[in-house]
Amino acid sequence: MDELIDKKDENKNLYSEIPSSYFTPLDETYHFDNERIAAPSLSFYQDGWRRLRKNKAAVVSMVILLLIISIEIVSIWYTPHDPNLQNVPHANLPPRIPHVNINGFNGKAKISGEWVDKYELAHVPHDVNYYFGTDAFGRDLLSRVLAGTRISLLIALAAAFFDLLIGITYGLVSGWKGGSVDIIMQRILEIISGIPTLVVVILMLLFIRPGVTSIIVAMGLTGWITMARVVRAETLKLKDQEFVLAARTLGESSLNIAVSHILPNLSGIIIVQTMFTIPSAIFFEAFLSFIGVGMRAPNASLGTLLNEGYKTFRFLPHLMWFPAAAICIIMITFNLLADGLRDAFDPKMKD
Amino acid sequence: MSNFFRFILKRVVYMLITLFLISSCTFLLMNFLPGTPYNNEAKLTNKQREIMNKRYGLNKPLVKRYIIYMSGAVRGDFGISLQFGDQPVKSILAKRIGPSLQLGAQAMILGTTVGIILGTVAAMFQNSFIDGIASLSAIIGRSVPNFVFAVLLQLLFAVYLKWFPIALWNEGFLSTVLPTVALSISPMADSARFIRTEMIEVLNSDYIELARAKGMSEWRVAFKHGLRNALIPLITILGPMSVSLMTGSLVVENIFAIPGIGEQFVKSIMTNDYSTIMAVTMLYSTLLVTIILLVDILYGIVDPRIRVGGGEY
Repeated sequence: MDELIDKKDENKNLYSEIPSSYFTPLDETYHFDNERIAAPSLSFYQDGWRRLRKNKAAVVSMVILLLIISIEIVSIWYTPHDPNLQNVPHANLPPRIPHVNINGFNGKAKISGEWVDKYELAHVPHDVNYYFGTDAFGRDLLSRVLAGTRISLLIALAAAFFDLLIGITYGLVSGWKGGSVDIIMQRILEIISGIPTLVVVILMLLFIRPGVTSIIVAMGLTGWITMARVVRAETLKLKDQEFVLAARTLGESSLNIAVSHILPNLSGIIIVQTMFTIPSAIFFEAFLSFIGVGMRAPNASLGTLLNEGYKTFRFLPHLMWFPAAAICIIMITFNLLADGLRDAFDPKMKD
Repeated sequence: MSNFFRFILKRVVYMLITLFLISSCTFLLMNFLPGTPYNNEAKLTNKQREIMNKRYGLNKPLVKRYIIYMSGAVRGDFGISLQFGDQPVKSILAKRIGPSLQLGAQAMILGTTVGIILGTVAAMFQNSFIDGIASLSAIIGRSVPNFVFAVLLQLLFAVYLKWFPIALWNEGFLSTVLPTVALSISPMADSARFIRTEMIEVLNSDYIELARAKGMSEWRVAFKHGLRNALIPLITILGPMSVSLMTGSLVVENIFAIPGIGEQFVKSIMTNDYSTIMAVTMLYSTLLVTIILLVDILYGIVDPRIRVGGGEY
């Protein structure tokens, strides 16, 4: 008891040491409302967007990708030169960018140890510049890289589309219907997923002539499997939750619940999964074209450009570097953005 | 335990169905192909073509050919190559499987080892500079296509520095180095990412705290006690990893001119050598399906908690 009193006295001493000038009286009209929600309420997308914005790598990637996509859209109507037009007198020119005087970008190339202006040798007019150089047929590499990137993006878009269309439908039906439908659909999925993608692509190439169509069909046939699995697993989790029960009690039809109640709740994982499909589709196209079973000449894709550039790499390094840089930039930015989106939208990773 | 065996049996049956479907599809689609598998097709007269068809058994109806091929394939006879001087496909592939397997195994070992070390170190120094470097290299490893990487390696270490042979398979271990490194990039990136996530979780668990409390060094805690538990889930990505290795080997074998299966596959597609395409497709599918099955079984053995739900995959 004595101790307590001692402590009280001590406290008293402590308080008395604080001068009253440290305190300001509260405004008399002030009422503290502890029920008020100070932060604005955020929807699912706003919340995800807020977290994505914090991820610098993802934001930079997104900006670069948007830039690339807008350049590609413009390049449908305007390219510096015709990507497939052969102009043999202008063949094998190194890059020349006006007002840039760095060897390698000023139209000079090393011939037997000396820098020689190849544009002069080829009698190229002064106002004609090939920013990325030209290939063995005198085709402008910049225009070809633009065309190739466009094809890569087109294939990525198609792959994402099939991913969404088939994957979501399959997963949603399988998970939502459940029971014997689910069992049969899952067994079919198991068998299909056992077939290697590469084999399907080769089969498609046997069936349809190699080109954009065959690659898109093959990606469409095989790409949706992971999406279907993820969507099914998530649907199974959601279908026993209260809001579904509530919708059911209110007499909504089964189809309506699946489309307007379950589907919106899947949007996070769907966005993330789609973003991971895109870089793998781009890689696959480039891979197939590189080994020579993808796009056919004269059409350019990043894979065929790399393949052509690789063959003459020591003498015409620009033919390899520019397509390689293009594909690396696209792949890295898509992967970084996909990672950022996963961290932002995947509830499991929520901080 | 009987549950476990039923699970394995079920998986084997699925595996056989899958293989049957793949082979049937391949066979069927091959027959819808325009043209014939002969060289200089335009120069052949109808009579010559008839003789050739008869010689290769292509004059029989589709169903009959299918039955003949399948009964041969079951017994291990994959027919003769239509391009490489009538050699049996089996002996062509038998000669070429060695380099491919060696390359795949080396790349798998190198890639996962480096990946595990990278991932563990990244998890130990989470959110630090080292973690940033490790994550960055994982992203680059995942993003840069392996053929670009292979070409760069070839240029730097073979053409400029001359440390390793540029291509071919005739200098023993030295000629395996560059293709192995090129192939190991994607398993490295995958396993580093995976191990990092797992390790961060494991390093926060109680038994690790105990090990630290006993005064063990952080490295010993991570590599001796933590890694053991973080490694188990890595088994699950071995399947997809071997798929990417197989795809990668196609192009890496081509760049380094290695006499492996992948190179043969590309060549047979280019020359429309159907019996070889068929055999390689079957070989790849069988390998892949078997690896996935083995991974599932292995996982059930290593982590008994999985076994109960194992059938629900």
